[in-house]
Amino acid sequence: MSLATREKESGVNGVSKLANSISDSVVITKRQIMQLTRVPEVLIFSTIQPVMFVLLFRYVFGGSIDTGQPGGYVQLLMPGIFVQTVAFTLAGTAVGLAADMQKGLIDRFRSLPIARSAVVFGRTLGDAALNIVVLLVMGIAGFIVGWRPSSGVVKVSLGFIFLFVFGYAMSWIGVLIGLSVREERVAQNLTFIAVFPLTFLSNAFAPTTGMPKVLQYFAEWNPVSTMVAGCRELFGLKNQFGATAGSFPSEHPLAMSIIYMILIMLIFIPLSIKKYNNTSK
Amino acid sequence: MQDMKAVSAENLVKTYDNGRVRALDGLSLDVDEGTVLGVLGPNGAGKTTTVRVLTTLLKPDSGSAKVAGIDVLKDPDEVRKIIGLSGQYAAVDETLTGWDNLIMFGRLYHLSNKQAQQRATELLEQFSLTERAKSPIRTYSGGMRRRLDLAASLVVKPKVLFLDEPTTGLDPRGRQDMWGVIDELVKGGVTLLLTTQYLEEADQLADEIAVIDHGKVIARGTSDSLKKQVGGERLEIIVENQHLSAAREIVAKVSSSALAVDEGMRRVSAPVTTGSKALIEAAKLLDDQGIHPLDIGLKRPSLDDVFLSLTGHVAEEEKIEDESGNKRKGKRGKRSE
Repeated sequence: MSLATREKESGVNGVSKLANSISDSVVITKRQIMQLTRVPEVLIFSTIQPVMFVLLFRYVFGGSIDTGQPGGYVQLLMPGIFVQTVAFTLAGTAVGLAADMQKGLIDRFRSLPIARSAVVFGRTLGDAALNIVVLLVMGIAGFIVGWRPSSGVVKVSLGFIFLFVFGYAMSWIGVLIGLSVREERVAQNLTFIAVFPLTFLSNAFAPTTGMPKVLQYFAEWNPVSTMVAGCRELFGLKNQFGATAGSFPSEHPLAMSIIYMILIMLIFIPLSIKKYNNTSK
Repeated sequence: MQDMKAVSAENLVKTYDNGRVRALDGLSLDVDEGTVLGVLGPNGAGKTTTVRVLTTLLKPDSGSAKVAGIDVLKDPDEVRKIIGLSGQYAAVDETLTGWDNLIMFGRLYHLSNKQAQQRATELLEQFSLTERAKSPIRTYSGGMRRRLDLAASLVVKPKVLFLDEPTTGLDPRGRQDMWGVIDELVKGGVTLLLTTQYLEEADQLADEIAVIDHGKVIARGTSDSLKKQVGGERLEIIVENQHLSAAREIVAKVSSSALAVDEGMRRVSAPVTTGSKALIEAAKLLDDQGIHPLDIGLKRPSLDDVFLSLTGHVAEEEKIEDESGNKRKGKRGKRSE
């Protein structure tokens, strides 16, 4: 039985086409989740690293930074580490796709009669699923070392949704990078060099007021900063780590973050799908 | 419709680096339904690029191509429904098991769960992989991995199958196994376009052979007709080193065509038209001079010879195996005109 005749029999129309492309994405996502069960190291290392950061910052810097807020440094630190971790989704996506590209798996997928967007959507959904686990583990680790969000269940949940969506948006930047560099090692190095400074040139771990003026402006408009400030608000803290100039991002971090997320997705989703379609080794 | 070619490509051009590298330089070829075309050429000749264009992975700069009558450039989605691709650059997920992979590809071809499982079971059986079905592919041998890769391209029976260098990098045993598997498929009536840099692979598997070099088809025909192009039989004499020049003179007397001397192999050879008569004459001349050849005989040209005479350069430098299983170097003999 050939595929063409089977589709003729079932009468392909717009609706079933959409259904097919959703089911294609789900198959790709499932593949990724299956990988995690076959190679559990990936899941273990994705969670160990952020937990390690929680412990290091909490106990190494926590003692020497006076926040002047109840609960101490760990309250300000946790939103910072959450945002840093989901920002690194970009790296995970890029490395995963570059590896698939390098091994020829993307070519195989592209030779199949599946939706042109299925592979990249499936990939980003898989990385988002991994983020749920990572955020959960980090939340528990934070709680153990004294993190106590004080804003109530609704706002805290909203904060996590916020983090989740930010991670998803960053993932799409990773798609474009992964498909462009085509090599696992290059993707690894490149994304690390890009994301690491981005997360540190922000209000995530220390007040921006101590930075040189130029960096202060950068940090103020950095999406990582607006995300961190937004999460601090949602977790019931006054964000004092860098509300410097009374600029729009400092005053309205939540709104600014939402604008960033929408912008990132509007730009990178179409670019990524286009890249996937035209990509060739 | 009746006379439809399974594959037809016309004047494909693909350049890289702003036209400096011409991967495809006006390549045209076609494959009849139910036949096997072997695309033969050295590394960098444009074999993989051809396959990538025909399987919708790469857009050519110009030219046109059809698979089963469907335009590859205008209707790539329809083409993808009827082709299978396996080889060098199409891969499977190595972290997953063979079973997981086949289910995944089955689902991507929109088989139901049950259909996908049934097909995976069949394919694993067909390719002798049932025992290792539940092991990750990274634990497979090279040959097993290729077989699974091939199986993945057959999840939904394709009208045209593309195999890009299916045995490159395999050990002789793996290659033999792969040939057996492909032979079975061909007997089952699949239309196949196969690229290879192994001359004997094309000889063994293909009905027709297209020899390509520098992005163009430079010869086309059955293995026999290509061999005839190079000339019919060759007289070949192998002698001790000190008799090489004497042997050379003798061969020159018997044959009127250009002769070839391979000093490393201590071999002199030339095309002859008179068959066994030339052989007897040469033997007699050798005997007259008291030379006892190490070997003397009439040889039909190998595809090796075909390639050399068509392109003027050797097909490959690495060690290959000839039909008798003897290791020898790829044809590197000096030609004297």
